[in-house]
Amino acid sequence: MSDVIVQSGQEVVGVGRITGPIMIVEGASNVSYDEVVEIRDGQGNLRRGRVLEVGEKTCVVQIFAGSTGLSIDGTRVRFLGDTLRIPVAEEMLGRVFDGLGNPLDGGPQPLTDHYADVNGQPINPTARIYPRDYIQTGISAIDGLNTLLRGQKLPIFSGAGMPHDQLAAQIVRQATLGAATDAPASGQVEQFAIVFAAMGVKHDVANFFRRSFTDSGALTRVAMFLNLADDPPVERLVTPRAALTLAEYLAYERGMHVLVILTDMTNYCEALRQISNIRGEVPSRKGYPGYLYSDLASMYERTGRIRTSEGSITQIPILTMPSDDITHPVPDLTGYITEGQITLGRELDHSGIYPPIAVLPSLSRLMKDGIGQGRTRGDHPRWGAQLYAAYAHMQDVRSLASVIGEEELGEVDQKYLKFGRAFEKEFVNQSLTENRTIEQTLSIGWRLLSMLPKDELTRVSLDELKQYYKGDDADH
Amino acid sequence: MSEQIGTVTWISGPVVRARGSRYVGMLELVEVGEERLVGEVIGLNGDIITVQVYEETSGMKPGAPMYGTGLPLSVELGPGLLKSIFDGVQRPLPLIEIESGSFIGRGMRLDPLYRKDRWKFTPTAKAGDVVSRSAIIGTVMETETFEHRIMVPADLSGTLSWVAPSGEYTIEEPIAKLKVGNQEKILTMLQRWPVRKPRPYLNRLRGTTPLITGQRVLDTFFPVSKGGAAGIPGPFGSGKTVTQHSIAKWADAQVIVYIGCGERGNEMTEVLQEFPHLVDPRSGRPLMERTVLIANTSNMPVAAREASIYTGITIAEYYRDMGYHVALMADSTSRWAEALREVSGRLEEMPAEEGYPAYLAGRLAEFYERAGYVETMNDHIGSVTIVGAVSPPGGDFSEPVTQHTKRFIRCFWALDKSLSSARHFPSINWLDSYSEYLDDVAEWWQEKVGKDWLKMRNHAMELLSEESRLSQIVKLVGPDALPDEERLVLETSRLLREGFLQQNAMDKVDAYSTIQKQIRMLELILHFHERGLRIVKHGAPISLIHNLPIVDTLIRMKSLIPNEELEKMEDIQKQIDEQMSQLDAEYR
Ligand SMILES: Nc1ncnc2c1ncn2[C@@H]1O[C@H](COP(=O)(O)OP(=O)(O)OP(=O)(O)O)[C@@H](O)[C@H]1O
Ligand SMILES: [Mg+2]
Repeated sequence: MSDVIVQSGQEVVGVGRITGPIMIVEGASNVSYDEVVEIRDGQGNLRRGRVLEVGEKTCVVQIFAGSTGLSIDGTRVRFLGDTLRIPVAEEMLGRVFDGLGNPLDGGPQPLTDHYADVNGQPINPTARIYPRDYIQTGISAIDGLNTLLRGQKLPIFSGAGMPHDQLAAQIVRQATLGAATDAPASGQVEQFAIVFAAMGVKHDVANFFRRSFTDSGALTRVAMFLNLADDPPVERLVTPRAALTLAEYLAYERGMHVLVILTDMTNYCEALRQISNIRGEVPSRKGYPGYLYSDLASMYERTGRIRTSEGSITQIPILTMPSDDITHPVPDLTGYITEGQITLGRELDHSGIYPPIAVLPSLSRLMKDGIGQGRTRGDHPRWGAQLYAAYAHMQDVRSLASVIGEEELGEVDQKYLKFGRAFEKEFVNQSLTENRTIEQTLSIGWRLLSMLPKDELTRVSLDELKQYYKGDDADH
Repeated sequence: MSEQIGTVTWISGPVVRARGSRYVGMLELVEVGEERLVGEVIGLNGDIITVQVYEETSGMKPGAPMYGTGLPLSVELGPGLLKSIFDGVQRPLPLIEIESGSFIGRGMRLDPLYRKDRWKFTPTAKAGDVVSRSAIIGTVMETETFEHRIMVPADLSGTLSWVAPSGEYTIEEPIAKLKVGNQEKILTMLQRWPVRKPRPYLNRLRGTTPLITGQRVLDTFFPVSKGGAAGIPGPFGSGKTVTQHSIAKWADAQVIVYIGCGERGNEMTEVLQEFPHLVDPRSGRPLMERTVLIANTSNMPVAAREASIYTGITIAEYYRDMGYHVALMADSTSRWAEALREVSGRLEEMPAEEGYPAYLAGRLAEFYERAGYVETMNDHIGSVTIVGAVSPPGGDFSEPVTQHTKRFIRCFWALDKSLSSARHFPSINWLDSYSEYLDDVAEWWQEKVGKDWLKMRNHAMELLSEESRLSQIVKLVGPDALPDEERLVLETSRLLREGFLQQNAMDKVDAYSTIQKQIRMLELILHFHERGLRIVKHGAPISLIHNLPIVDTLIRMKSLIPNEELEKMEDIQKQIDEQMSQLDAEYR
């Protein structure tokens, strides 16, 4: 492993205590909080760590690669005098790095003297530009009902075995800057730079993404940071931060539009819990530390647009909900920070719907500012509200039908049931390669709404009904 | 002005310990390290001083100096607060941006209030006047329409020996001299007040005026009185922030203090970009001109998040003391409680429930107690209304922050995930929410609209709770099993839910309803019910009532009829009568 920072500092021989990936170092002076250390084991192998707590004579160090093979007397610790930094450069696109930002692809260290602190700094709210430009993903359930904007953080809430990777890869393949339906075609498709961070995922998953980027010709626009399932868990705490550090450089200093995929945040949180438990911190829910919210926010908030740059960072973190439980601390705290969520549904998945996006528990909070007249199309906001309302009502009808039987339903409710099935099969469902325009998405929606009686559609305006409604009781 | 009081011995995140002087006071403001990061003393034990630092401590070392200031954490008060945006310890974010660019740097020392602006001061007191604490001695137009009343500091009284003549002054120039005993104090428009100490008032009064927010479910169903305290608990994405933004936009308060406490950066940016362009219907001026923003977003230092609530409430009390009605929004108090928990954890204090310190309830009580409708020290009437968002983990209201908050508020706006995922907004559950201010404000309503608001409101609530009971039956056997009279209850309740309770914050017409519009809408829906009941008794089938065109009209009237065109409602009433009579005639 090559070293990112080569710098001399004071060295201490021997450590006081080692518990899991945490070690207590005694006798070092002039140590600073959050400083990086270089640890040399008895065989001379190097690994790195970071100071978590510092007192006058002792300090607590977290070892990224874990403590296997370290001994009390044979370990040397060198304090490097700086916080953790990684090199950042445009030429890192097209490259693969480990979870700490060292090259994994056999290529050289990026040639740059620009090193950035992986912790970043908070964006001043006065310096932000509120996101307003939508990203067309070609996926109806997203573009139509949970529109993604440039500069938004919109996670995918999934569960084990569901096709979140396929969905994320499809978004990466198809994402383009959206335009209004009545805008003249500009002919140019603006492409995103992609920063991909894997935390504790299987080799298969990393390979799947790599193949997908290669197949779509995106590989030269992708920087990958990989901490896989068999890599040291503590390193995972750095991986998303390293990725975001590069993303910030690309977006805010090179003016690029960057899409960041972080997967799987649940693994990240487990690593954080492990460290917290070893340190004996008071846990809050399910053993996770009380600062999990702030810790997640320190990454998710590294998204958006700022006034001094053309670029943007859009984040799509992926997380698997343990036992599909959306109230589990990881999805729960994520949902409290992100600007909505795309939630995948087990039932839809079982009935063969792809992407199995459960629209009711999904939400894009920024959508309202990126759609409508001049952005997508004038009827979009109310069209969306209507589809939501109709589908929500259909759920009630469906559960009633399961009690009293479908034939016992009134005429209107039967129509709702039909609408619901068609909505899932024709609107939500689409193929892995189907790339729908916003216009197509809107017209499928109107076709489905036209299955319902006109006076049920109270969310859309009367003018819109006149223009788009094609049902039995449409005016001819 | 600050001398070294100790030397740092230990650092863990925002908590730093030092060894040093035994003369440092609890809650004293200190500066740590060469960068002079600001912190506050939160523990003293022998010569060990424990401090929470309001900035990132990365890179700090044991051995670093700690300086004392002799002062508690305070805010600056004076003209220029309105339109500002500060961080949790009142650092001006726009100036920080000028100093350090788009990202917030460390160790920045910037005056909260701009020193160079000159304000036109008009004295209202004269030399020789005996003045008590908070007495008003002059005025300044802080915006084109807002009169900022310059007060004697709230902890001083005496005889004015000199008052500056009308003219333009900076906030640091003397505008009066006050003889206190045999000392003469120079007064400026700039004052300081320690944030953790409530500002004094003369008397606490019973608030009988509602805070009108233009939100129908709040004003009509669950009103909060001016000077009251309300909590909005709800899971993520249920509408806490949108509701608070709506209140900040439309509430009939003269000053709004909005605290973004551990929430999203973009949400503060949204307010910053939107409020200057929205017009306050009462003053005709941009909404920003009555607003003070405190933004300590989730990625900003956690100790400053803890302080942000106090910074905000102190500013609110200052305007209250001038005789204004102030509404304070805190989004979210749960993030503030978590900041308490994080610092407490680093101090290794004994945790009580879910890791929160045992003093959580006490701190919440202190905060909500600072709401109130008061007679100020200078004999004006002013109020601070607090609206606190609560973010319970997993949306479970039995958790400590929600439970303790409930003890100190009298108005509970319970947001409901199942409503928000069905896109019923604001997703305030009408069965779980309550307001203890109903009787307090009933007379006010009677006076303003000349109608028995409380009776109508209660009737609507009865229908809604009846609906909830009936829908249990419907879930089991379908609606057809119910008699038509009960099905009419379902129909009217649907009108109440979709036509009245649901209110789209993004719709120009619907976003704000005057009380006149609210009461008229409610009246029409209840009129529909009453007429419907009569014709159902005569045999008109519910299915035909459901299909009457008026049903659609009643659902759409909220966004079709603007506040200024309420006379159009007369027409709706006529349509109800006509269509019902016609149906009745067919079935009589
Ligand atoms: N009154 C409303 N009218 C229309 N839409 C609304 C309304 N209230 C909420 N929404 C919708 O719900 C979304 C979530 O609301 P909001 O951001 O206020 O939730 P929250 O409770 O503050 O969530 P969090 O705890 O995560 O901050 C909004 O982005 C908007 O789409
Ligand atoms: Mg919110």
